[in-house]
Amino acid sequence: MLRLEKRPNPSKTWAYMAPVLAVFATMIGGGIMFAALGKDPFEAIRTIFYDPLFSEFAWYYRPQLLVKGAPLIMIAIGLSMGFRAGIWNIGAEGQYIIGAICGAGVALAVYPAQSAFIFPAMIFFGALGGFFWAMIPAVLKTKFGTNEILVSLMLVYVAEQLLASMSLGLLKNPEGFGFPGSRNLQQYASAHNAELWTGTGIHMGVMFAFISVIFAYVLLARHQMGFHIRLTGESPKAAKFAGVNPKRLVVYCLGFSGALAGLAGMFEVSGPSGQISIDFNVGYGFTAIIVAFLGRLHPIGILLAGLLMALTYIGGEIAQSSLGLPSAAIQAFQGMLLFFLLALDMLTNFKLKLASAGSPP
Amino acid sequence: MDLSSISPTLLVASLMVAATPILLAAIGELVVEKSGVLNLGVEGMMIIGAIAGFAAAVGTGSPIIGFLCAAFGGAALSLVFALLTQFFLSNHVATGLALTLFGLGLSALMGQSYIGIKPPASAKLDLPVISDIPVLGPVLFSHDITVYIALALVAAVWWFLKYTRGGLILRAVGESHDAAHALGYKVVKVRIMAIMFGGACAGLGGAALSLVRVPQWTEGMTAGAGWIALAIVVFASWKPARVLLGAYLFGGVAVLQLNLQAAGVSIPVEYLSMSPYLITIIVLVVMSAHRNKAALNAPAALGRAFHASR
Repeated sequence: MLRLEKRPNPSKTWAYMAPVLAVFATMIGGGIMFAALGKDPFEAIRTIFYDPLFSEFAWYYRPQLLVKGAPLIMIAIGLSMGFRAGIWNIGAEGQYIIGAICGAGVALAVYPAQSAFIFPAMIFFGALGGFFWAMIPAVLKTKFGTNEILVSLMLVYVAEQLLASMSLGLLKNPEGFGFPGSRNLQQYASAHNAELWTGTGIHMGVMFAFISVIFAYVLLARHQMGFHIRLTGESPKAAKFAGVNPKRLVVYCLGFSGALAGLAGMFEVSGPSGQISIDFNVGYGFTAIIVAFLGRLHPIGILLAGLLMALTYIGGEIAQSSLGLPSAAIQAFQGMLLFFLLALDMLTNFKLKLASAGSPP
Repeated sequence: MDLSSISPTLLVASLMVAATPILLAAIGELVVEKSGVLNLGVEGMMIIGAIAGFAAAVGTGSPIIGFLCAAFGGAALSLVFALLTQFFLSNHVATGLALTLFGLGLSALMGQSYIGIKPPASAKLDLPVISDIPVLGPVLFSHDITVYIALALVAAVWWFLKYTRGGLILRAVGESHDAAHALGYKVVKVRIMAIMFGGACAGLGGAALSLVRVPQWTEGMTAGAGWIALAIVVFASWKPARVLLGAYLFGGVAVLQLNLQAAGVSIPVEYLSMSPYLITIIVLVVMSAHRNKAALNAPAALGRAFHASR
């Protein structure tokens, strides 16, 4: 019989190994799922993981990796701070939507004026929108002790309704022949989040994603706030004795993640997506939860995990058009990845031991 | 705007139907949380139940088989959660989220060929004479059977937790798993059974949505119902009778806002659609403002992993 023995300290090796093994386990599990759908599993896995990087059309897909990875990384970096300290913001999707509405709202309010100040203002208000949307669960938690998981999640549905209302009403394109959706910001020079270098996929949001990785790394490694976050996560009692103010931590963590999610939404709506429409959001806020865990809540890990998850999005799209793999299959595939990761994570904290016949069960 | 078009009798009657999916999911989750496990995957189990029940009902033509398959589907998915949290000792919150994300993806995958199909109608209670009584008849005695199953389940859970030995053991495990373990109770076994009961209930709730309430299959059709069920358990401060109250309250809000939409109230549709979620938040705030009262009743070992060192 196998039995578990708690390790005195979490294993470093397994902390690195678990995500890698989880990816391989998901390839096997996903392969079985694809086979059950009547697709060739090897071809499907190759299409998802190999084709976007090395196929004949890879020149088109490689920049997409950054475009799709940037919002995931940015949101996941914010979420990871809270997750480390046991503060669960799972409403990033809502903060993302509100950030996009606020950012685009600024541009649409001054349309068609051209000025170098418009884009910075959009960045500011995008972050501010996400920040305030995240402040709702933060304040309710600190003032009344309301569960932040449920409140932040409920606000996603509220934000989605608000988005519908905005794209059908206030922000609707007056020259759009009655179609829902705002003006296309890609055609509005001052507000367009354009590629900085043609053909690379790198836009301002990608730069911000990299900056957020560095910022989070420095914060966690060098700043007292980062120390408080890590301490609260590892030992809430010790944190209390060390004088950590748990309420301030809630406000900081939720505010930080909200602002980053808002920024991600704003960069998306002014760049790749282009306009506020009912369904411009594609669930990055939820996928970022998987990214955060897959990256071990560590900034560098999140960077890699975000790119990997972007790969599955792009590969999934290719598989959709070339193999007819349903788009929902990729969603299930990503969920499976999180399952395997959580299961393998056990090996970080526990040792598997073969119990000999004489030892107690 | 024509508010007189809203009939109070029909409102109450449809409220009970609207509340049933949430009620089923919430009463299951209550048992799970009473055993000290926080399963945030209710939404995922519900939607798997919704599609499993829908597919089975369409395939066999029998709503009863549909409901059975829905309960089985929900329980099967919850078994993954049980395996991860009880044997692999993973974090309850993260695993629950994974369950929801996976369930939403898998259900969309399973449901592709079922979009736009009508399920077979399930049986309605039709007692001679009694169902025809004006007002009381439509309100109390002519619903779909799931409405009564849900009510019976609430009563059964209340009785089980309060008056049976099994209920006492379940509560002991939820309050202090170490003490329960020291007394010789099988903590992991009790929790797995509770988790599977919760999964089956959530699955049933999902089927009540796809086979009775809507009745149709659309992707992501639960639209947060599972999360509202979680909120109702908190609102009810882990008491079965108050779960009933909470679910009917939310059912009422959902039905009322739909009726207001149909009556053409001057509030935009989107803002009316927000209302169930906003009211959930407000109720949560009111409940947690009396923190001591609510917190006293929460199972003490809620969300804590159990690992018997010996």
